[in-house]
Amino acid sequence: MLNRTAENVARATPEPLARKVRGISDKGLAWLFISPTILLLLAINIFPLFWAIYLSFTNYRANRPNEVVKNLGFANYQRILGDQDIWFAMQTTAHFVFWTILLQTLIGFTLAWLIDRKFRGHAFWTTLILVPMMLSPAVVGNFWRFLYEPQIGLFSYVISFVSGIPPTSIQMLSNVSLAPWSIIIVDTWMWTPYVMLICLAGLRSIPEYIYEAAEVDRASNWRQFWSITLPMALPFIMLAVLFRGIENFKMFDMVNLLTGGGPGSTTEVASITLKRQAFESWRTGYSSAFAIILFVAVFGLANIYVKALNKVKQR
Amino acid sequence: MSLTTAHSVVAPSANSKRIAGAIIIAYALISIVPLLWIFATSFKTPPDSIAYPPKIVFQPSIEGYCNLFTTRTRQTPEYINSLGPATGFCDETVRKRNMVIAGPSNFLPRFLNSLIIAFGSTFCAVFLGTLSAYGFSRFKVPLADDLLFFILSTRFMPPIAVAIPIYLMYRELGLSDTALGMILLYTAVNVSLAVWLLKGFIDEIPREYEEAAMIDGYTRLQAFWRTVLPQATTGIAATAIFCLIFAWNEYAFAALLTSGTAQTAPPFIPTIIGEGGQDWPAVAAGTTIFLVPILVFTILLRKQLLRGITFGAVRK
Repeated sequence: MLNRTAENVARATPEPLARKVRGISDKGLAWLFISPTILLLLAINIFPLFWAIYLSFTNYRANRPNEVVKNLGFANYQRILGDQDIWFAMQTTAHFVFWTILLQTLIGFTLAWLIDRKFRGHAFWTTLILVPMMLSPAVVGNFWRFLYEPQIGLFSYVISFVSGIPPTSIQMLSNVSLAPWSIIIVDTWMWTPYVMLICLAGLRSIPEYIYEAAEVDRASNWRQFWSITLPMALPFIMLAVLFRGIENFKMFDMVNLLTGGGPGSTTEVASITLKRQAFESWRTGYSSAFAIILFVAVFGLANIYVKALNKVKQR
Repeated sequence: MSLTTAHSVVAPSANSKRIAGAIIIAYALISIVPLLWIFATSFKTPPDSIAYPPKIVFQPSIEGYCNLFTTRTRQTPEYINSLGPATGFCDETVRKRNMVIAGPSNFLPRFLNSLIIAFGSTFCAVFLGTLSAYGFSRFKVPLADDLLFFILSTRFMPPIAVAIPIYLMYRELGLSDTALGMILLYTAVNVSLAVWLLKGFIDEIPREYEEAAMIDGYTRLQAFWRTVLPQATTGIAATAIFCLIFAWNEYAFAALLTSGTAQTAPPFIPTIIGEGGQDWPAVAAGTTIFLVPILVFTILLRKQLLRGITFGAVRK
């Protein structure tokens, strides 16, 4: 299989400049340069993926390696699709992805639109706004636990100061209805700059002459925004949504450190369920099946989305 | 105004600039408050850090940093008095709380692990990525688009899903909780970013340079080494910093696959506890030390940031 690929590589490489090349030929070089990466990905990504697919059909448990492994066929998959907890986790994930993306896109686009006014010193302030997204979500998320502490935490204090609610009753992380929002707030704080940066590139890609033409036609600012700015920046906004969507679907670190999925299982997103099943209950076969389902879901959704994105771009 | 150029017709008015500036500055200031609070907390004493209302003005202390780097045991005042004079500031501070320093904490080794694993995996990912990117950029590789998509698709997998078989594989190979295992894993994750980014950078270097070099008698390999690599230095440096930041910040794999000798700082910092719960000044001190390199890199990278975070899809 690999040999055939090598031959194909060789056949497709054109004779360079009709010159006899000394040393390694171009075909050899292309193969030599690309194969290490492919081999590494095969070993660290693809082989484990196939192993996980195999495990997903068994009752294997990683904490009991000597037990006889039974082939279960599709039983794991059937159980997952009928499992209430899994569906609840998927709902929690969807809720989380929906709100973070909505908030980040709205705030991020607004910020980009304002920065595009190029006021004095905008470069400095833009860089400052970008700082949170470069930091470790785990390490910073962990610190937000302190900011959320009732009474002594800065966040709770400010909220109670502004709203007049007694500081002891602001239990961001242990209140069932507030806990999901505590995560959404940190995620939005951290990743709005990301969306902003991509939107800013979109706004800056709109050529000046289109606005000039609109101005000549006496189109109102409102009209210019809806029929020039927004449609032309749309592919960029969608790109940002795609990247954030995939990342937040996989979200693990922040949730694990802020709430650990609690209180109860109110913030248990898919990755947390997967971790609990795989590394706490040690249901390796079952969790492998869930992992495969998640992977197919992300992959499928991303593919559909990329197609839509390309359509928008072509317009 | 009669001589208005076309350009200024669409330029935002001074007023709208002022309002936009005010909103952006307000957002920027509010959004860095949590970071300033981390920095401030790292210089508070433990009682100051949990005071109500939260203290904005306080007597700075490096007790948090002392606690971060040491482990301490509680002792009777009689025992402490019998010890003789304190050596250094940390010793003195700790003794005031009826404790003595028992030894160094695990923070330094964990921080060194982070350094070794981040730099090791970055070097490997950039090395492999540069070669592949050159291959994809300059040669007709069959199924190039499919291969490139395959390389990127490895990023779609949720880390926990990847971690299950990796955990089993590493257990078989004896790579569990080793720096080598983590370097291999982070290299595999980062190489997709490196290939995509570097392909963009190398595509921008005109082929004519190499062709000229080859007409001068260089082999393809020499031409790559002497003309392409020097031209791609900026791109390679930017890519390296992105890989470094990813490996430095990574938590999910590190938390699941390392527990002791190879543990990095992100899973370690949340476990720093004092007497009666989390020792927040020490956590803040660890967080500050951990974040400072990234702040520096963010400033260095600000021009390449957009490209890096979109896998080279948006170039400006």
